[in-house]
Order: sequence, then C-alpha cells, then structure tokens
Amino acid sequence: MSKRILAVSALAILAAGTAQARDNIAIAGSSTVLPYATIVAEAFGENFDFPTPVVEGGGSGAGRKKLCEGVGENTIDIANSSSRIKQSDIDNCASNGVSEIMEVRIGYDGIVFASDVNGPEFAFTPADWYNAIAAKVVVDGKLVDNPNKTWADVNPELPAQDILAFVPGTKHGTREVFDVKVIEAGCEESGALEAFMAASMEESECMKLRTDGASVDIDGDYTETLSRLDANKNAIGVFGLSFYENNTDKLRVATMNGVVPSTESIASGEYPVSRPLYFYVKTAHLGVIPGLQEYIDFFVSDDMAGPDGPLADYGLVSDPELAATQAMVAAGTPMGPLN
Amino acid sequence: MSMPQTTGPQTGHRASKSLLEVDAGTRRRNRAEARFRSYGIAAIGVAVLALVLLVTSVLSNGLGAFRQTFVIMDITLAADTLDPSGTGDVDAMKRVSTIGYGKLLKTALIADLESRGIPTEGMSEKEIAGLLSKEAPAQLRNMVLADPSLIGQTIRFKTYATGRVDGYFKGRVSMESAERDSNVTPAQLELADRMRAKGLMSVGFNWGFLFGPDASELRPEAAGLGIAILGSAYMMILVLVLALPIGVAASIYLEEFAPQNRWTDLIEVNIANLAAVPSIVFGILGLALFINFMGLPQSAPVVGALVLTLMTLPTIIIATRASLKSVPPSIRSAALGVGASKMQTVFHHVLPLAMPGILTGTIIGLAQALGETAPLLLIGMVAFVRDFPSAPPEGFMDPAAALPVQVYNWTQRADPAFVERASGAIIVLLAFLLTMNIVAIVLRRRFERRW
Repeated sequence: MSKRILAVSALAILAAGTAQARDNIAIAGSSTVLPYATIVAEAFGENFDFPTPVVEGGGSGAGRKKLCEGVGENTIDIANSSSRIKQSDIDNCASNGVSEIMEVRIGYDGIVFASDVNGPEFAFTPADWYNAIAAKVVVDGKLVDNPNKTWADVNPELPAQDILAFVPGTKHGTREVFDVKVIEAGCEESGALEAFMAASMEESECMKLRTDGASVDIDGDYTETLSRLDANKNAIGVFGLSFYENNTDKLRVATMNGVVPSTESIASGEYPVSRPLYFYVKTAHLGVIPGLQEYIDFFVSDDMAGPDGPLADYGLVSDPELAATQAMVAAGTPMGPLN
Repeated sequence: MSMPQTTGPQTGHRASKSLLEVDAGTRRRNRAEARFRSYGIAAIGVAVLALVLLVTSVLSNGLGAFRQTFVIMDITLAADTLDPSGTGDVDAMKRVSTIGYGKLLKTALIADLESRGIPTEGMSEKEIAGLLSKEAPAQLRNMVLADPSLIGQTIRFKTYATGRVDGYFKGRVSMESAERDSNVTPAQLELADRMRAKGLMSVGFNWGFLFGPDASELRPEAAGLGIAILGSAYMMILVLVLALPIGVAASIYLEEFAPQNRWTDLIEVNIANLAAVPSIVFGILGLALFINFMGLPQSAPVVGALVLTLMTLPTIIIATRASLKSVPPSIRSAALGVGASKMQTVFHHVLPLAMPGILTGTIIGLAQALGETAPLLLIGMVAFVRDFPSAPPEGFMDPAAALPVQVYNWTQRADPAFVERASGAIIVLLAFLLTMNIVAIVLRRRFERRW
C-alpha cells in the first residue's frame, strides 16, 4: 500500500518537474559580485513585475562552468565573475552549444590591506609585500630564502611588527589580482625578477610565497579573514574595498604607494590594486527567460551602477565607461574573441 | 567517599587481618575509584561548560535579532509625485520606482522632524534620510500599489531604522565606533536619540525577522527567515511523506518477511553503512542524479527533500526495525494461532505496537534532516531568494532557502548586523529542533509499552 503511494508521489514530482517552466532568472558565480547582484536583484524584484532573480555564490570559476553547461531552462542565465572569462571557458561553452555570451563589465573593485584599528599605521609598496612574504628575496644583491621577521626588516619606515599576512587562498579571484598587482609588481620593483632571470630561473618563481607561517592562505570569505585578524592583532589582512567599507570601525586600512584606497582613487587609477568585475549572459536565454533583458539593462543603468547608485554606496567603483556598456547591453551585442 | 565500602579479596595471609583495618591495596583501589569519579565529573563539567558557552554566545549575539528599531513617521502621499498621470491606474503608478518613493520619504522625514521641533542642524539631507532603512521605499511602494486610495492622504508609516542605528540601541554600535564607521556618523546617532525621546523611533518585537524574506547587504535590518522557514517546512513535509512509507515498508519486509540469507545480510550491512555516510556525499549524489540527470530545478525544496530523504532513510529503518524487534514473538504467535495471515499479524498487531518507536525514530531522523546543511549547499539551496514559494504542490518546485543554510549564508556577509541575524536564526533552528525532540520524548513516554 505504502509503496503505491510512494510510486504515485514520485511520478507526480517528476511530472511536475519536467512540465514546469522557469520564470525566475538564475544567477551564480563570484562571491565578490554576489552582494552587488543581490542588491540589484532585490531592487529589480521590487520595481518590476518579474520575480526576484535567484542569486547564488560559489566562485567565479564555478559560475562560468555552470553557465557553459548548455542552453535550456535547467541551466543558469548569468554567471558573475570577478575575473575575465578564459578561453578554456569559451571553448567549453561552445562545445556545449553555448555559442554566444555577452560580457558586461559592471565596475571595479579595489583590494585593500588592513590591520586592526588600534594597531599602527602602515604605508606599503608592492616591493614591501614581496620582500615580506615571497619565498626568495634579494639581500645584498644575492637571492636568499626570505630572512625577514618584522615589517621593519623589510622597510625601516614600517613598524617593527612581526610579519603575519592573511592572503586569499588560490581559489579566490582576489588572489589572482593580488598575485599580479602586488607580488609580481613587487618582484620586479625589488629587483628579484632580474635576479631570477640572471640565475636563469622561471618568472613564476616570483609567485612563490614563503611557507614558514608568515603568510597564511585564507580559503574562506573575508569574514574569516576578519575573525582571524581579531584573534591576531598583529596581522595584516587582504580584503575587498566594499568589505572594508562595511567594517571601518574595526579595520585600519594601509596605503599602497602612498595612495589611500577609496572609490575615487580606484576610479582614477591612482590606487594600483584593483580589478574589473563582470557578469556573463547567455544570449540564447534572452527573450526566453522573462525579464532577463530588463534585469541586465537595470543592472548597468545609472540608477544602479552609476556613481551615486546603491552599488557605489556598497563599495563598487563605478565604471567611467558605463554609457558604452549600457549601449552594448541595450543592443544585445555578444562578446567577440578574447584579445 | 572516604570510608572504604569494601575490602580486597580475601587471600590467605590477608584473612588474618580485621576487615575494618584498611590495608594498602584497598586504599589504592579506593583512590583509583575517587580519581575515576573526579574524571567523570570533570568530563561532565567540560561538556556542560561547552554547552553553556555555546548557548550564551548564541543567545547574547542572537536575541537582538528578535527586537528591532522602527521609525514611525507621518507621510503625505502626494498625488503629483506618486501618480503623475493622475488617472489612478495602478499600471501607470508602477512607473514610479522605489527611487521616487525614496525621495518622497526623505522630504517627508525632514518635514516631520521639523514639525515636531527636533533639531537637525549641521546634518545633510542624505544623513537624515540615512536613518531610514533602504527597505522603506519598497514597503511604501507596495503599500500604495496595493491600496491606491491612500494617495493624497497623510498616513502614519512605520518602517525599519537603518541597521547601524538599530545596532546603536542594541549596544553593538557606539559613538566611538561611529566616529570611525563610514556608514554612520555620531550626528545621526544623536538624532536617533532625539527621535526616540520624541517617540519617532521605537524598539519593538520584530515579526519581520520570523516572517519576512531575506534582504541584500544594504539592508540587513530587513532580512528575515520567512522563506527559510517555509523552505525547511516544505522539505520536512516531503521527507516525511517519502521517507516514512519507504522506511517502514523496507523495515517490515526485512524484519518480518525476508528470508535470512546472504542478500538480506548484505542489505542490512549496507543500511548500517549508509547511516554513517557523510551527508555531503548525498549532496553530490543529489546534484548528479536529481538535477543533472533528472532535470529537477535548482534551489527547489523538492530536490533538497529527496536528498534528505536518502539521508534520513537509514535512521528510520534502523529505528523501525528495532521497535519491530521489541514486539514480543508471543504476540505474533497468538495472532497466527487464531488464524490471522502473516500480513494481518503484522498490520493488525505488530505494527500498531511498534508505532511509538517508529514515530520517535522518524522525528529524530527529521530533526537530523532539519539541521543538515552540507548537502543543501551543493544543490543550490544557498541562493539569495526573495520571493516566497507558492503553496504546495507547485511550491515544492519554486526556489527557496532552508534554515541552516540561511545561517551559513548570513555568516558570510560583510555587514556586522548579519552576525546578529545569523545567531538569531540559530536560536530559531534550535527552538525547532528542541520542539521536535521534546515531541519525540513525549510520544515515547506516553505510548511506549514495556514487555
């Protein structure tokens, strides 16, 4: 008897599952873009007659992979990404029938270095960071294993505080930017790159961080970095600008090359450690999923992504070329090949 | 206890001594016992301490989420801004977005402060409007669109105060922290104090936390558990409907009908093993089977329920089999003896007697499923969902959240107000778990029969 009920209910569930059309937009991807996407989704649901989009995190790479799973209601419509799409993603998409993707740049995000609010002030350069946490550094013209114990060893102008850095783990999009804009730049500035080249070693030697505990990879979110910082008042953490702006009462931000990170200094390009944020739209779903075109138009509108909009309030650095993006989105232009 | 209760074994040469004289061996054993007792007390102490720490930290962080600061203001719903066409047509009124309503709220709040004589010198309009939650324009817009006759009237409007002001009244934000905080200024907090003194702000129970939907990071004060509770309820209903019949049917067959052979042994071992499989494995299975292969929608309670059913089944089967086993064979023999068939025996006699045990096992299995997070993360239940799912059965297919996942979700957010929300959600989850476990205990106490 119970088995019959079971079979009937299972059948009913399956029938309902295949028969139902999705009427909400499905979004997944970068946890950096997630708060911005939820802010827009919320406002979109309030002001339009469409359902509020369902927004998931999961990371940039995972989001792009899901986007490329194929075309159909069972796949997501938009992938949020804090780094640019890769050729491998585009190839993966193409092999699954997703031939056209629209790339939308929503603005810029700054990466900031912050310490406990009651600690001393720091003024860094990329070279300081390289000398503090790289595996091999140049001392007296020779490449040696990193001997630096305190920040004062790295640069006499910095406080004599033990080196302890919480950097994002390698699965984070933030880490990529940190590697390129801070470590690679610092490698070159400090002369280590030249020394590596002279010793006919690979350029990738630059990216190796010391493993003696001075640099700690954080695989969780910024909230984890913050709580680790709370337990270790001596540490310096790497955060997104928007996270810092929501926790200015607990964190003291450091300058980079003498520039204080802010939406203004990032927009002007003075602050060096920043990156563009994107989302990628499956154009085959435009016109199929109700409200998709309206959502992306709304996302890049001045009311949302403009310099006075709620995204900027939350810490997004508005894109100076927003008008071009708006025109591109309105025309539904898919992205060309990566250059 | 210092007095020895017993003495050592009566070996030959000890027998000559008095029983009352405590020898070295007895003293050693008594000391060993005293040590063991103190270890036991210490172990319980550690456990109790851990529990007390957990509960106090959750309560002290989370109780605040149930109370909320509200702004109560008078607002004139001007027809020319809210209904520019003047036709009273709702579709035309929808053109006015929440941004338009936000501006209306700003001027209304400033006017209201002025009319009540609350000084706001030195504060920009943006600072004053910043006291209101960003949820307020949406609330007002929904109110007006639901009842267009409000336009032109002056109404008393109650809405959330911004999260930082709320935190100030709850002690999370102080004047010192506001100095350094880019999201609030001390002037705003002082204005909030004045508004509270004049009755424009009040702190009250926050029904929105229990029944409202989630909110974005710009408005932590509006975030609620409504969708998560509903999603969890949908899942529990489905788990019950699916797991109880399958589990009971499987147990009855295995216990009462199945022949004892290698196959049934194999099945038994597998069931015991399944109970120990980490829950994330079920999540991976669910993703591959239900979403990728069967094409069920992501973030839907139905997928969560199917995964949790798989996870709960072993618990239910084991509990059911134990309670079937505890029904004495004499009942079966008696039934068979008066001519009942095997099936009549089971369904008329054994199953009713085993029911309390089965129900207890089911409720405990459900409670376990209710608190499960890991498998749900993999099937997309961790999404930001703001629309309530519709009523069942269609609602089972709509995106929803779940209570434990909502906790996880909120702990990842940047705004410190979400820490309080997450702890509040833990309190709600614990309350549900406690209720279910109490029901299980009551059922067992009331209906259990000892043989």
